[in-house]
Amino acid sequence: MADTVKVDQTLDCKGLLCPLPVIRTKQAIDKMAVGQVLEMISTDPGSVADMTAWSKRTGHELIEHRQGNGLFQFYIRKAK
Amino acid sequence: MSTTLDKSLNDLIEAKVKEILDQRVEALVAEKLKKEKESRRKRLAIAVVSKGTIETAYAALILATTAAAMEMEVGVYFSFFGLNILKKGNQDKIKVVPLGNPAMPVAMPNIVSVLPGMTALATLMMKREIKKKKIATIPELMQIAMETGVTLWPCQMAMNMFNLKKEDLIDGLPDPVGAATFLEYAGEADITLFI
Repeated sequence: MADTVKVDQTLDCKGLLCPLPVIRTKQAIDKMAVGQVLEMISTDPGSVADMTAWSKRTGHELIEHRQGNGLFQFYIRKAK
Repeated sequence: MSTTLDKSLNDLIEAKVKEILDQRVEALVAEKLKKEKESRRKRLAIAVVSKGTIETAYAALILATTAAAMEMEVGVYFSFFGLNILKKGNQDKIKVVPLGNPAMPVAMPNIVSVLPGMTALATLMMKREIKKKKIATIPELMQIAMETGVTLWPCQMAMNMFNLKKEDLIDGLPDPVGAATFLEYAGEADITLFI
């Protein structure tokens, strides 16, 4: 699905631990326009649950998350 | 014949009116609920009182910065030894105290941790791990907290107790406040924590 989603910006959070992936994601999404899609890449297994919770709380849509080779990729659409 | 027609026509009109009304009411309720949800952000209130040690600072600042990233309103109240975390130039000097701590990664009996230099050694070792694992540092979290609108209140009474003036604390803090101010804020909070 993500292959069909146009990514507007990519944020590299590889090697970062809690709470930095969430905080960097928020900082990046704040600078984007409504409807744009952010791709966040992390190596922190905790970010799967954390990004889901963050998306639920903030309302920014977590379109999809993928994982493999120790990487976690998140596709988030700015909602407001 | 015409009575039957009238009746079925009436039934139709009634059904249609009901359907329209139901739709309107549903839309209105949904809109009201949405507005209510949007107008009220979740609020987190943290009181940092117990210690000015590294684990205390981490617990408070990680939760505060994450809550701000989750668009919550956050206020942290620093009293007693917790005020140590707000002292100017002190953020990089917050210590790990091995004495009386049974959970040190390298087991250290109290008879050893009581020796001079052991706190400094434990702090140095933990800072090395923090750097190696790219964990956010206390100064970094403090900066994020201030940039994302977290309110960091110094406690007025603790400032008097430790002879601290406003200029002894980091710049950009709100004026020191007392217990009532924090309680008023915490009374409206969705989450309250004591660290």
